[in-house]
Amino acid sequence: MPDGLAAHADLHGHAHDPALQHHFQTLDQQHEAATLGMWVFLVTEVMFFGGLLMAYLIYRIWYPEAWAEGSEELSIALGGFNTVVLITSSLTMALGVRSAQTGTPRATVKWLLITIALGLTFLVVKFFEYKEKWDLNHIPGPNFIFEGRPDLAPHLEIFYSLYFGLTGLHALHMVVGVSILSVVAWMAYRRRFTPNWYTPVEISGLYWHFVDVVWIFLFPLLYLVDRARQVS
Amino acid sequence: MTGHVSPKRVYYAIFASLMVLTAITVSIAFIPLGRLNFPVALSIAILKATLVVLFFMHVKYSSRLTKLICGTAFFFLLVLFGLTLSDYLSRGWYTAPGGTTGAGTRVRIGPAGAAPGER
Amino acid sequence: MTTTVLPRVTYVNVKTTVASWLLTKDHKRIGILYLGLVAVAFLLGGIFAAAVRIELTTPQGDLLSADSYNRMFTAHGVMMVFFVLIPVVPGILGNFVMPLMIGAKDVAFPRLNLLSWYLLVIGFLFTIAALVSGGVDTGWTFYTPYSSLASNSNVVMTGLGIFIAGFSSILTGLNFMVTIHRMRAPGMTWFRLPLFVWALYATALVQILGTPIIAITLLMLVLERVLGFGIFDPRLGGDPVLFQHLFWFYSHPAVYIMILPPMGVISEVITCFSRKNVFGYSFVAFSSLAIAVFGFLVWAHHLFVAGISPYSAMVFSFLSFAVAIPSAVKTFNWTATLYQGAIWLQTPIWWAFGFLGLFLVGGLTGLFLASLGLDVHLHDTYFVVAHFHFIMVGGAIMGFFAGLHYWWPKMTGRMYNEFLSRFAAILVFVGFPLTFGPQFILGYLGMPRRYHVYPDEFQVLNVLSSAGASILAVGYTLIALYLLFSLWKGEKAGANPWKATGLEWQTESPPPPDNFAVTPIVTEGAYEYSKREIKVA
Repeated sequence: MPDGLAAHADLHGHAHDPALQHHFQTLDQQHEAATLGMWVFLVTEVMFFGGLLMAYLIYRIWYPEAWAEGSEELSIALGGFNTVVLITSSLTMALGVRSAQTGTPRATVKWLLITIALGLTFLVVKFFEYKEKWDLNHIPGPNFIFEGRPDLAPHLEIFYSLYFGLTGLHALHMVVGVSILSVVAWMAYRRRFTPNWYTPVEISGLYWHFVDVVWIFLFPLLYLVDRARQVS
Repeated sequence: MTGHVSPKRVYYAIFASLMVLTAITVSIAFIPLGRLNFPVALSIAILKATLVVLFFMHVKYSSRLTKLICGTAFFFLLVLFGLTLSDYLSRGWYTAPGGTTGAGTRVRIGPAGAAPGER
Repeated sequence: MTTTVLPRVTYVNVKTTVASWLLTKDHKRIGILYLGLVAVAFLLGGIFAAAVRIELTTPQGDLLSADSYNRMFTAHGVMMVFFVLIPVVPGILGNFVMPLMIGAKDVAFPRLNLLSWYLLVIGFLFTIAALVSGGVDTGWTFYTPYSSLASNSNVVMTGLGIFIAGFSSILTGLNFMVTIHRMRAPGMTWFRLPLFVWALYATALVQILGTPIIAITLLMLVLERVLGFGIFDPRLGGDPVLFQHLFWFYSHPAVYIMILPPMGVISEVITCFSRKNVFGYSFVAFSSLAIAVFGFLVWAHHLFVAGISPYSAMVFSFLSFAVAIPSAVKTFNWTATLYQGAIWLQTPIWWAFGFLGLFLVGGLTGLFLASLGLDVHLHDTYFVVAHFHFIMVGGAIMGFFAGLHYWWPKMTGRMYNEFLSRFAAILVFVGFPLTFGPQFILGYLGMPRRYHVYPDEFQVLNVLSSAGASILAVGYTLIALYLLFSLWKGEKAGANPWKATGLEWQTESPPPPDNFAVTPIVTEGAYEYSKREIKVA
């Protein structure tokens, strides 16, 4: 049997995978608990974003013109690019999990590193988007000015509060995600994962896909509000 | 312990679908559909999210408990939205002296000395 | 030749360094850590309450200024809600007993469990820092726009403290849910689970689904105060009532986090001390789930007079009546369990009887408040204050004490002094109605809450209330004293001093670190009392 297993057996008088934690009976049970735990955590994240989305919904109904104005000012090119980047990172993440499942550590590391790179790309683009807002004084607060439509400025300030709240919270989750994936990539590099145990890859994958799903909603909700009115 | 291993072509197919749907949602945003623009954009987003959840997150091949958990999150989000909106959307239905009857009416704080109903 | 008998290894003596306690992964030790923290929070919250009640013995504002009074009742509310009522039963009794009850070695994520405790500590410290440096004057409900724009008190620090404490609750709920799903012993099917476990599961549902909403709401409030974000600002067109919607979307289900676990305790105590299987097991189990789910549908009954649409108010009023039904189901089932049982009058069931009477009053008065017409008159009066104290103190805290006295021998291996425990219970049973009964009348007569002055004609009732509060203080202090004393001088308890059913009683008192020498195999339902002795002595 693998070295780790034999050494572990000596220590305990019974053989089991060194990855098995002692309060669990089997590796299967441990894996099921871990994935269930991550799913339950994602439920809390859904509700967490949900509170902000609730505020967004109310004010979109109340202030459609400000919403259209504010959305128009956001760059579809950058937002769309980021959407493509994030969806691609979901693909590479899924392929990374698959590599871990099939016991190909080099591929696992490769896919995880690409996912991280795509995540960082997203964050860099976000940084430039925020910087532009800063330059235009569109950050809500005492210095908020919206030169194009000063009559809508109060409502636009609410729009931008929600824009920064939603995308800022999302970006924070991306930072956490990139950090987690870095740790997992390191573990993969050190050959910690086998087809029998690759739980950290799987559950960080679930987290990453969730962050992607949030953006899938944020993109149309923030960037594509009433764009048709420019046409008509 | 290995869970379900999806063939790579499934992932590529889902990825391609997501790209197409993204292109569609951007294009449709510029087509004037009036009040339908929002529900259409939302529906496409829901479709994309469903693809990610079912295939990238493997929910299609997961236990009933996992599916129940996904459904529960979505359900309670709907409770939050729906019941809160039941307040906001029905506020204007009540006619107070000087009030209005439009749906979604909210009270605007007018200038001092304004009569009720004056803006 | 001499033989040395080594003392039996328990979770207490296995390692005795401070570090071994503060870095423990053992759910039993974590339960004790929660006991220490919550006891301190309860003491602090009680001191704030004392300040309030002393001020209210006279109609004038002579002890505290209006501003100081505001900070005092806010401190009382924040401390009691977030650092006592939410964590008390899941953190202490849930942590200690639940894994034992299902035959597991520990919870699913022991390190996360310890993190939960530390998050509560950190949140507590943030809140204490805020209180010490001037406090908050918004009420524990933090309504905007006062809290976001006008209040010059430590809203941000307190908000952050509660935000952090909220994650403690979320992680505990997550941990318990996964544990109950995945770590039950062989043969422990869902319908053989003790009802306390069902209650904790339902509570976990609420913790997981509800708490994130208050987290994001407080975050929005903090952003509004710190960065000037304008989500609730009426000058920008924001709606302050939106804050109330979001706040109560959590805070109403939160009261079910506070009451469901004590209800689970009551189920355990009543079956044990009636020596009888619970009446209608599946009804009680499903009613826990029903309360958890329905509890999410009623929050706007806190907003009836805030300016929401009357049509929406009607819907919420109806739903608020409906949520009382599963609670009533439980009460009927407990009563039916007691009926023709062989009642064994030990301290735990004394507390359970107190719970039954007081929770009944508290619950029924909730229906008064759910009636739209009555609520217009009663909202923000002492009627509301009395209502929720009857449920939270008369219900939840009494349920907690029932459980603490029931499982104390298991946790410590010692019995407390039965005479003193009954005496303390009597003090509380006298003090409690005296404190909060008059408040129903005061509220009906129109005395508003959160005012430090009141018309002279309300003084008699206020003095009665304050007198009751001092009796309560003596009672609670006595409990702490005799329980602590029992650790030193209490009679040693065996594995099962109550001759109760349940896996937790099949192992030693105090339990060994790994809970069970051999993983138990379950072959019968939770409450097979027909095979147990009636009494011990």
